[in-house]
Amino acid sequence: MSPLVFANNAPTLAERCKDAAGIALIALLLGIPMIGLTTADQGGSLQVLTRWPLLGAFVAAAFCGRLALRYGLDMLKQRRQTRDREAAARPGKRGVRSIRILELTGWLAFGIALVLPILFSDNRYVVDTATTVLIYVMLGWGLNVVVGLAGLLDLGHAAFYAVGAYAYALLSTQFGWGFWTALPVAGLTAAVFGLALGWPSLRLRGDYLAIVTLGFGEIIRVVLTNWTDLSGGPNGISSIPRPTFFGLPFVPSSDTGTFASFFGLEFSPMHRIIFLYYVILLLSLLTNVLVKRLRRLPIGRAWEAMREDEIACKALGMNITNVKLSAFALGAMLGGVAGVFFAARQGFISPESFTFNESAIILAIVVLGGMGSQLGVVLASVVLVLLPELGRDFAEYRMLLFGAAMILIMVWRPGGILSHREPTLRHQPAGEQA
Amino acid sequence: MMLQLSGVHAHYGHIHALRGIDLSVQVGEVVTLIGANGAGKSTLLMSLFGQPRVSAGRIVFDNEDITRLPTHVIARRDISLVPEGRRIFPRMTVLENLQMGAVMADPDNLHVDLKRMYALFPILEERLEQRAGTLSGGEQQMLAIARALMARPKLLLLDEPSLGLAPLYIKKIFQTIRELNEDHGMTILLIEQNAHHALRAAHRGYVMQHGQITMTGTGRDLLASAEVRAAYLEGGHAAA
Ligand SMILES: Nc1ncnc2c1ncn2[C@@H]1O[C@H](COP(=O)(O)OP(=O)(O)O)[C@@H](O)[C@H]1O
Ligand SMILES: [Mg+2]
Repeated sequence: MSPLVFANNAPTLAERCKDAAGIALIALLLGIPMIGLTTADQGGSLQVLTRWPLLGAFVAAAFCGRLALRYGLDMLKQRRQTRDREAAARPGKRGVRSIRILELTGWLAFGIALVLPILFSDNRYVVDTATTVLIYVMLGWGLNVVVGLAGLLDLGHAAFYAVGAYAYALLSTQFGWGFWTALPVAGLTAAVFGLALGWPSLRLRGDYLAIVTLGFGEIIRVVLTNWTDLSGGPNGISSIPRPTFFGLPFVPSSDTGTFASFFGLEFSPMHRIIFLYYVILLLSLLTNVLVKRLRRLPIGRAWEAMREDEIACKALGMNITNVKLSAFALGAMLGGVAGVFFAARQGFISPESFTFNESAIILAIVVLGGMGSQLGVVLASVVLVLLPELGRDFAEYRMLLFGAAMILIMVWRPGGILSHREPTLRHQPAGEQA
Repeated sequence: MMLQLSGVHAHYGHIHALRGIDLSVQVGEVVTLIGANGAGKSTLLMSLFGQPRVSAGRIVFDNEDITRLPTHVIARRDISLVPEGRRIFPRMTVLENLQMGAVMADPDNLHVDLKRMYALFPILEERLEQRAGTLSGGEQQMLAIARALMARPKLLLLDEPSLGLAPLYIKKIFQTIRELNEDHGMTILLIEQNAHHALRAAHRGYVMQHGQITMTGTGRDLLASAEVRAAYLEGGHAAA
C-alpha cells in the first residue's frame, strides 16, 4: 500500500525544484570540462578559452528540462492511477468490452494476414517483409512462453533459433532430409537445448538468470563460428534446399515436374515467395493455437503462477523443476521451428544471423507487446520490423528513431502495447460444472 | 497425533535459526506459536516443508516421517500453508488463485470446494474476476486462506494472518479460525505476534525465543502468565 500513499502526496514545488537543482548540479559538473572550457588554436599555440554563458544556458536547460519531465511523468502516473482505481472499482463492463475489441482485432489481423499475399501478389517487397514479420511473431510467441508466462528472463533466445536453423541446414544438406520431416526433429533438438539451458539455471531468477541465458546465447554463437567442420564456421552453410509443395519444387523447369507445370501456371518466382509466406503463417497459427490451449491447461496456469510467486507455488505442491523446464523446452522448440523456416527461406545461414542483437529484438517484441499477450506480440513485431524499414530514408538516424520509438512506447504504456491479461478461466453461472 | 517435531534444528548458512524444537499438534487442536520478530517462527513453519531443510531432528506428520521429503511432495500431503505476507498471485484473478490452490486436488471437487469458500468468505464470490493484487489487504488474506483450504488439508498452517490488517479484518480472521476448527474440525497451527488474540483462540500455545521454545501451556494459562504478559501483551495489546 505504501507506494499508493506515497504517490498521493504529490511533490511540492520546493521538492520539484530541489530535484531539478540536483540534476542541474550534475550538468554543471559535467559541463565545466565539456562545455565551459574549450581550446582554440591561436597563433600556433593552444589556448584554453572559457564559455560561461553557454555553460549557463546548458545548466538552465537541464534544470527546466528536468522540471518539465518530472512534472509530465507525475501527471501521467496520476492519470493512470485514477484510471486503475476506477477500473478496479467496477471490473465488469470495461473488461468485457475491451476483450471484445481485442478479439475483433485478432480476427481482423488474421483476415489481413490471410489475404495479404493475394492483394500484393506482384509485390515481392511487401510479401517478403510480411514474412519477416511473421518469423518475429513466431519467435515472439515462443519467447513469450518463457518470459511472458513463466516470468523467466531469457536474453539468449536467438540460440534456439540458431539451433533450429543449423539442425535443418545440416539434416537437409548432409542427409537429404526434406523440410517437413526435418521440422519436428529440429524443433525437438532445440527443445533439448532448452532443457540444457534450463537445468543448470533452475535456481536462478531475474537478473542472474538473464546473465546465464545471455552467456548461453553467446556460447552457441561462438561454437557455431569456430566449429568449422560442423557448421562451416563464419562462412556458414549455403545451398540449403527450399521447401517444396508436396514434392513439387518452385523452379523454372525440372524432370519430375514443378509447381508451375503441375498446376499449368507460368513460372514466377513469386510463387515461392507466397508459398513461404503461407508456410510461416501456418506455423505461427499452429503456435498460437498451441500456446493458447496450454495457457488454459494446468501447466499454463502453473507457468503464470510461478511467474507471480515461486514460493507459493511450492507450498501448493507444484514441482517447480518440471514447470520451469517445460517452459524452457516449449519456448526453445518454437524458436527452433522458426529457425528451420528461416534457414529454408534464406537458403544460407551463418552465425551472423544469431547474434545477441537478435535475442534483444525478440525480447523487445515480447516486452513491448505486453508480457504474455499474444496479440501484443503481433503488434510489436509489426512495429519493430516496419520501423527500421520505414526509417530507411533516414539512413544513419534509423536506429535512433527505433530507440526513441521504443522509449516512447514504454513511457506511454509501461505494461506494453497490450497489457490486458485475459483470465484463463471464467466464472460460470451457478449449476454449471467449470 | 497430527504433527510432531522432535529436536529440530535448522540453519541459514551459519545462522542457527532453530535450536532443538519440540512441538506437537493433536488432531482437532488449535495451537499457537507466539514470539518476537526474528524468533524463528516462520523458519519453523517453512522447515516443515523442507525450506530450509532441518539439520537435525525429526518431523512426523500424520504418522509419516516427512523430514527428508522434497518440498512439493510434502505440500501434496494433507497439509496447507498460508505463508507470511500472503503470497497470493497478484496478476491472476481471484478465481484463478482459488483454482491454483486445488492444482493437486481432484478436479471433480473443484466446484463444491469453491462453493464452500464462498460460504466462508462471501466477499470473494463478489470479486471472482478481479485481479487478486487489487484486493484490499484483508481480502487478500482471506483469499490466501481460501486458496490453502482448496487443497482440503487436515492441518492448516497460518503464518501471521493478522499482520498489517485493520481491526475489523483481524476480527474476521480470528472468527474464521474458530469457525474452521469448531464447525469443520480443522486442526490449525497458528503463528502470531498478536499474542492476545492468538492465545484466546488457541487450545494450547508455545512461546518461542531465539530459536527455542521457552514456554508452553494452555492458551488460558499463557494468557495469565506474568512473563507472557510482560513480554508480549502489555504494550503489544495496546497496539493490537
Ligand atoms: N532466508 C533467510 N536467510 C538467512 N537468514 C534468515 C532467512 N530467513 C530468516 N532468517 C533469519 O532467521 C531468523 C528467524 O527468522 P524468522 O523465522 O523469519 O523469524 P520470525 O518469523 O519469528 O519473525 C532471523 O534471525 C532471520 O534473520
Ligand atoms: Mg515471520
